Amino acid sequence: MQNTTTLPTPLSPWRQFTKQWGTTIFIILAVVGITIWQYILNARVTEAVLASTIRQATPLVLGALCGLLGERSAVINIGIEGQMLLGAFVGFLANVWTGNLLFAVFAAILTGALFGLLLAYMSVTLKMDQIIGGTVINILALGLTGYFYQVGLTTKGKLLPIPLGPLADIPIIGPALFNNPPITYATFILVFVVHYVLFHTKWGLRTRAVGEHPRAADTLGVDVYKVRYVNVILGGAIAGLAGAFLTLEAVGSFERAMTNGRGFVALAVMIFGKFTPFGAWGAALLFGFANAMQTQLQFADIKIAHQFIGMLPYVLTIVVLSGFVGRTHVPAADGVPYDKE
Amino acid sequence: MDDQQTPKEDSQSIMDRLGALWRVIMIPLAAVLLALIIGAILLAISGANPFSAYSALIEGSFGSMRAFGRTLAKATPLIFSGLAVAFAFKAGLFNIGAQGQLLFGALASAAAGFMITGLPPFLHATLALLIGAAAGALFAAIPGALKAYTGAHEVITTIMLNYVAINMTDYFADGPLKDTAEGNIIARTPEILDSARIPSIGEIPVGFFLAVLAAGLVWWLLWRTTLGFEIRTVGLSPHAAKYAGMRVAFTVILTMIISGFLAGVGGSIETLGIVGRYQPGFNAGIGFDGITIALLGKTHPFGIIPAAILIGAMKAGASTMQFNAGVAKEITDVIQALMLFFVTADMIVRKLIRAKADDGEKITLSGWGQ
Amino acid sequence: MTEENLALEIRNVTKQFPGVLANDNVSFDLRKGEIHALLGENGAGKSTLMNVVYGLYAQDEGEFFIDNKLVEINGPSDAINYGIGMVHQHFMLVPVFSVVENMILGAEVTKGTSLDLARARREIIEISQAYGLEVDPDAIVENLPVGVQQRVEILKALYRKANILVLDEPTAVLTPQEAEDLFVVMRQLTEMGVSIIFITHKLKEILNVADRVTVMRRGKVVGHTSPKETDQQGLATMMVGRDVLLEVAKEPAKPTNVVLEVARLSITDERDVEVVKDISFEVRAGEILGIAGIQGNGQTELIEAITGLRGADSGSVLLSGEEIPFEKPRYLVEHGMGHVPEDRHKHGLVLPYDLADNMVLNTYYQKPYAGQMLTRDQQTILKNAYGLIQRFDVRAPGPEVNASTLSGGNQQKVIVGREFSRPLKVLIANQPTRGLDVGSIEYIHKEIVKMRDEGVGVLVISAELDEILSLSDRIAIMFRGEIVTIVKAKGTTREQLGLWMAGAHPEAAV
Repeated sequence: MQNTTTLPTPLSPWRQFTKQWGTTIFIILAVVGITIWQYILNARVTEAVLASTIRQATPLVLGALCGLLGERSAVINIGIEGQMLLGAFVGFLANVWTGNLLFAVFAAILTGALFGLLLAYMSVTLKMDQIIGGTVINILALGLTGYFYQVGLTTKGKLLPIPLGPLADIPIIGPALFNNPPITYATFILVFVVHYVLFHTKWGLRTRAVGEHPRAADTLGVDVYKVRYVNVILGGAIAGLAGAFLTLEAVGSFERAMTNGRGFVALAVMIFGKFTPFGAWGAALLFGFANAMQTQLQFADIKIAHQFIGMLPYVLTIVVLSGFVGRTHVPAADGVPYDKE
Repeated sequence: MDDQQTPKEDSQSIMDRLGALWRVIMIPLAAVLLALIIGAILLAISGANPFSAYSALIEGSFGSMRAFGRTLAKATPLIFSGLAVAFAFKAGLFNIGAQGQLLFGALASAAAGFMITGLPPFLHATLALLIGAAAGALFAAIPGALKAYTGAHEVITTIMLNYVAINMTDYFADGPLKDTAEGNIIARTPEILDSARIPSIGEIPVGFFLAVLAAGLVWWLLWRTTLGFEIRTVGLSPHAAKYAGMRVAFTVILTMIISGFLAGVGGSIETLGIVGRYQPGFNAGIGFDGITIALLGKTHPFGIIPAAILIGAMKAGASTMQFNAGVAKEITDVIQALMLFFVTADMIVRKLIRAKADDGEKITLSGWGQ
Repeated sequence: MTEENLALEIRNVTKQFPGVLANDNVSFDLRKGEIHALLGENGAGKSTLMNVVYGLYAQDEGEFFIDNKLVEINGPSDAINYGIGMVHQHFMLVPVFSVVENMILGAEVTKGTSLDLARARREIIEISQAYGLEVDPDAIVENLPVGVQQRVEILKALYRKANILVLDEPTAVLTPQEAEDLFVVMRQLTEMGVSIIFITHKLKEILNVADRVTVMRRGKVVGHTSPKETDQQGLATMMVGRDVLLEVAKEPAKPTNVVLEVARLSITDERDVEVVKDISFEVRAGEILGIAGIQGNGQTELIEAITGLRGADSGSVLLSGEEIPFEKPRYLVEHGMGHVPEDRHKHGLVLPYDLADNMVLNTYYQKPYAGQMLTRDQQTILKNAYGLIQRFDVRAPGPEVNASTLSGGNQQKVIVGREFSRPLKVLIANQPTRGLDVGSIEYIHKEIVKMRDEGVGVLVISAELDEILSLSDRIAIMFRGEIVTIVKAKGTTREQLGLWMAGAHPEAAV
């Protein structure tokens, strides 16, 4: 029998390809071009810039992965910043007290997971406005870390880079990709893992269903609440890992409010990356690259006040959000608490 | 059906009203108490004496006329901050950027305070205040326009703009507007002229009265005017607002502008009334306090005033607490966060309960219709 | 009730919601291989009962028996395990997923840790062929026509080995011909051993396809019957509890000058699809023009453009001869257009507001409701509300209650009161009685005819064929964004309308 709704006319394969990948390809070409040009000018500086890119991007990727897991099951996580900060702080303290780096990393991850649990409780069980819930975590984080912090403590040791043999000697990209400390390597791996789980496993299918049409999933026996809880807790754990990266791998000490907005920039990264792990990775690298270039500008003796340069990542986030948010498919049930009855 | 509304039983309706009022403040009150209790536990865990801490806190905030004045002075920008956030909430917007708008207001009013000369006192102060307010309003128009025209969520854009504001005001205070007086190396603006100052009446700053007045004006605007009706409708149902012929984008931007105006006034009053110049770091976090206060006050102007006085008291008493009881000031941040958690969590639980009560009066499936 | 082979038996089920007793001691049984219709008007409790059976709600009291054995159902997983499948009125399909993904959700086929989509595809093709329900496993659901989506829903239940199938208002989204096809499928399924519960409020369908009928009213079972024992009028009386007019009583129309003219209107939606293609028609004062058609053929967008909620790509709309500006609802309100919107909760009301504010929702800025300098005149607003509540028989304690506390019928009366109380030239009523009880439906139909008789030009859009047929003076049929034809209502049959709604070529108008 004849159907009754109009079907959209499909675009030609070439147009479909350019529509989906056009911007990404352009950006990749631009970045590669600039890099090669810079390398020709000054090899060592370029390698430093690339290493700095990875270093800046890592907490952003982890933050975006955290946000992504929640968003895919339709829970908005504005509290990534707070989870990161608390993870950083607890990891830092754990290391100061025990001297053990591994234990400290786990403590950070656990802290992130704990506050993920809190966010899940507020969003899923209490059905609070999710943005207020995330803000509560952020304010709690600032308060708790500020109150319990004592100046002058430093970590006992720092997570050092582990070169992967001859790979680390490849020109341009070698040091940046293959001579990294453990959390950075873990981040690379996590991107692949999250992608696999989200798009190729039973759990990922259920997560995405819960994010798009929770009632449909419910009618098929999927426990919507459980799926959201697990995703948000896992996301929190990843945010805790990001915090561990900051204190135990990148800096080696703690400072009040040291996350400095990264948790929010991670949200822009997540949106720019279209709520996918690889997309977030690419977007984070872009932000990292911009940050690294900005540091270079400072050394290159250009007469701009340092405050303006410091503003760059935040302005970039706004630009990205204004340009991309309308054109990305957001999980349909995003931000709406699920009610069984 | 309409003869049920004759004004009879005045005493009964007063009792009804009091009962309703109690039900409204019951939850925030409980939230505050719970937060204070948990705060006390935290204090005990970290080795401090909760009783001496809290009594030092009270002494530093209400213990003398001077302390009370300090409390009200601290409460003033908080009222404006809370009003700014609550106002935006009514249109469904989360203005976390009150912090940045406040900073620009403070900077602009400080600049107007020392750069404009030759004006009589009342005029100068008012002008400087309005300039600060305008700065806040303009800065808030940015995320408003972005939300209205690109859908960029104001939560993230306003937080980003807060960082932008910190950097830019920093730049100005350390650069073009820097205090070039003999021997000064701190990044700050010169002191404002006396003619720009907002005075105090005894220990109580005039700014506080302005704040209360502002709360009244906000209430009137939201619940007694057509503009307020439009703002609230856009916040409750943008679709119905469109059906009603309201201009949604315009309302969103205007709401942010008014919200920024309020935040700007808050910053200006702080500068012109208390600090006397713009100095970066002068009021860390008042914008975020605005969120707590707005929610504690149930986003109603008349609830915001007591909430602001409460938080203001905590801030005013914090240094006394640190000095007398040796407790770090940041515990007040923790207590505030706990208050925020309890008041919003309870709101939901309460909503569920009230929803059930509403449905009790609700028209049953066929009862009324048939 | 005794030794017969009962696929399902429900005994004494009671379900209470806050303020509403949705199911009151309901008992019901389903024989193997039968099609059992569950009839009742909107709000009678039919869907609730089935949701309880399917485990989405927990009953307060009552028991279930499957194949004469007592069972516990604590959630949809249990129901599925017992062989119960449900096709909801609003499909439970994830729009951005493919058919395969929707099929296996919750019952995933895996190889190791990964999803085994290849095997799932094979299994789906097997059952679709076995039951004669063809689907393309890789199609994305939101691109599928509604009839095919329904097929996917049925297959979903069969994939999980359902032998009890519950269909909740399945024909709401189908043309009469598609409904016939569905009935053929249903009979086939019963021959293969499936027992079917068929929820509906459409009397003709029951007589067509059901073996037995159970009638519910206000949460209780009020009768059992079968097509052999009764007719449409009988069913209607059982359903409502009193005699019901199946036809709207009205005098012949006396149309005069054209008040609304749509000229070559074309609209493309956000997905770059042309949803309204070069449409033209006119409405005269004193007549009712009905637009018939299955949801999704452009009616929503067409009406949005006419009522100022959306723009158009080309063409124009003229109100009393003047071309209207697009996306300016206020202009339309001020120039005599009334609009009862399709979605009363989305556009028509602000639920947290009280009735008084809702009744001035689009006129709040005008005198006398507003005064100098942005102020509002609370007294006049209240008085207006009191008046409308009386005149339009809104059952509510007073104008200061929230709109959310009213029933659907009374909410619609608030909207109708608001729109009808202005001096109107044109009235647009979009799905005016959707989801309402029979009493409210009758009332609103009466009011619409009254408007017509007072010289208003009325445009009614409805997916309920019977409503269109009995209300309209002339009928325009929309299919895929175009007007197939415009005919006089008198003399047009349901079959003709059904054919046109499915896109068949217009025959000569009667």
